[in-house]
Amino acid sequence: MKLRSAMGALTALGLVMTASAATADTLADVVGNGSVQCGVSQGLPGFSNKDDAGNWTGIDVDFCRGVAAAVFGDAQAVKFTPLSAKERFTALSSGEVDILSRNTTWTMTRDTQLGLNFAGVNYYDGQGMMVPNSLGVTAATELDGASICTNTGTTTELNITDFFRSNNMSFELVAFEKADEVVAAYDSGRCDVYTTDKSGIAAQRLKLADPDAHTILPETISKEPLGPVVRQGDDQWFNIVRWTLNCMINAEEMGVTSNNVSNMLNSDNPGIKRLLGTEGTFGENIGVSNGWCANIIEQVGNYGETYEANVGANTPLKLARDGSVNALWTQGGLMYAPPIR
Amino acid sequence: MAYHSGPDRDGSNDDGGLAALIYDPKARGLLFQTIMLLAVIGFFAWILDNTVSNLAAQNKKSGFGFLDESSGFQILTTLGTYLIESRPGVATYFDIFWIGVINTLAVAVVGIILATILGFVIGIFRLSSNIILRGFATVYIELLRNIPLLLQILFFYIVVLRILPGKREEGYTLFNGAFGLNIEGLFAPYPVVREGIGTVLLAFIGAIILAWIIAWLAKKRQEATGKQFPSFWVGVALIIAIPLVVFHSIGEPMNLEYPRFLNAGDELPNGRTASKLQAGYDIKLGGMVVVPEFLALLLALSLYTASFIAEIVRAGILAVPSGQTEASKALGMSNGHNLRLVVIPQALRVIIPPLTSQYLNLTKNSSLAVAIAYPDIVSVFAGTALNQVGQEIEMIFMMMMVYLVISLVTSAFMNWFNDRMRLVER
Repeated sequence: MKLRSAMGALTALGLVMTASAATADTLADVVGNGSVQCGVSQGLPGFSNKDDAGNWTGIDVDFCRGVAAAVFGDAQAVKFTPLSAKERFTALSSGEVDILSRNTTWTMTRDTQLGLNFAGVNYYDGQGMMVPNSLGVTAATELDGASICTNTGTTTELNITDFFRSNNMSFELVAFEKADEVVAAYDSGRCDVYTTDKSGIAAQRLKLADPDAHTILPETISKEPLGPVVRQGDDQWFNIVRWTLNCMINAEEMGVTSNNVSNMLNSDNPGIKRLLGTEGTFGENIGVSNGWCANIIEQVGNYGETYEANVGANTPLKLARDGSVNALWTQGGLMYAPPIR
Repeated sequence: MAYHSGPDRDGSNDDGGLAALIYDPKARGLLFQTIMLLAVIGFFAWILDNTVSNLAAQNKKSGFGFLDESSGFQILTTLGTYLIESRPGVATYFDIFWIGVINTLAVAVVGIILATILGFVIGIFRLSSNIILRGFATVYIELLRNIPLLLQILFFYIVVLRILPGKREEGYTLFNGAFGLNIEGLFAPYPVVREGIGTVLLAFIGAIILAWIIAWLAKKRQEATGKQFPSFWVGVALIIAIPLVVFHSIGEPMNLEYPRFLNAGDELPNGRTASKLQAGYDIKLGGMVVVPEFLALLLALSLYTASFIAEIVRAGILAVPSGQTEASKALGMSNGHNLRLVVIPQALRVIIPPLTSQYLNLTKNSSLAVAIAYPDIVSVFAGTALNQVGQEIEMIFMMMMVYLVISLVTSAFMNWFNDRMRLVER
């Protein structure tokens, strides 16, 4: 009897394991689950953060909602998983999340050695440093001997090490797992400097006891192109994620917004017709409905709308877009999407 | 396969056919065990194959080649970075691994010692007839063991950071600045050793052996004649005195480098003056530092584990029948002798096995260090390094092996100790 039940248990376990074994068909898994599993941060205002009502908001959150709108026609069909910087890639490669939209820097190692694919860039960032005004520091080159607080498992640890080494300066690095603990340690005076991506500093500064007593230094010590990430080995899913981003950027360039998208469906402009799926079968070609992009714009908005709503000049982060690298290419920025044709 | 069960007991058919084999319990057992074994082997082979093909599908690297690559990040100054090369660009990922192991061991070993001492004291307090001591011990135990450890670690860290003076202040000092404590940590003199320190070490080991011989002789003499000799205090005196005498007689092959506190405007060795930012203790100019992350983690781990050890100690002492104490009193033994020679040796038999698992718990709990930036193996190797290299399976495997080896060595030692303390049955 014992033997038989043990064998039964083993067989059952085998079946379960077979069923959950990683398959390369992410789209089928997502459709089967009824929602997109989206990995976000543990709380970074403007990018991915829970508001007072417990809803996820932010530019990275909106991107995942866009993918859900493309796949299901329903921007709410997303399950968000908060991940620390340290555990995010493991969560993605193990299949715990289908897409990582978590202010993640696109680097060569991550794109190749880690078995990941970056679908594009939804925010061009760079690493900066914040210091208390009382230190009287005005430039990063005056930071010899400083102790620096940052997050563990990020590119910031490498960049700051490179910066201090190349300037022949010494420093002490205190690396925490969670952003909240970095802020708490910096606020209590454990470190002279808080370093992370500049957008992150602007967001975390709001959590300090006295935000005005701290200055963000003018130097940007690295390039941090942030974007959504998927696993390698599933081109179809990669295409859906990449073209969700391209749809949002192209829509802004063509002037299609969540307010006017229903009128735009009647537009005669062939570019807009292809974008909104009234002409051609672009959606079907990537495995979703032809109205995929119209759904994204209607339910989430174009890139410019999500930028202004989450990180723009009228938000607490006050990251002005005009004249920055995050403006559209037609406005002198870097936001440029390949055409839908 | 000759698996006949001998002469058939019930005398029915014994024609040696397949049917007989099926009804033979031994043969049947063997068959099912073989199937089971094949199933288990097949299961693990399937897992391995699945893993390898999944990794290949994701174009991920595998193998242990990454250990020779150099790392590009700085690690917080801790015991590991004192002992092993940690300069970014020079240190390899294998060095990073060892730095993590040393840091984990450091907090575990010191934590175990502190938790044991504190646990024994609190456990004895808990049995005290003094109501204040007993009350204190009760409150201590109930408070600490009922709050999650991670919360305690974060609490102690924030408390430590909030209480300590800022880094531009000298903070609490001892011995005319030889020791200093502020938010950057505990600053202490750094011993710089020269040639000849080996002789002092030899003298130290020699003194320990000598003390052990004296204790052994004194025991023999007491057994033979009943005369007592204060072998413990003599031993302590020898272990301190002999190395000291040797140390002085060969010209003091070690001196202490004291920590230096800089004020803004003080001159630096490179001729410049210290900026406002550079004010504070500077370990590049001398001394060493124990960072507040270590102090907070150590405090939280040892206070938490001590509350469990205290209860184990109480249980152990209560397990010794009171008749033992009464008997030793009747023999005219003092309270101290009673405790040391009668109660504790018997209590230890009850205490040691659960104590072992507390030691293992403390070691494994030290992995919570990542929450407060102490660079233990989980934080630095399975955290920062894992994110740069991305080979989860290899690196998590190495980390699990570290904890397994530490735990097995700890329990092997404690089992040996337990065997020595066990009642010798004749």
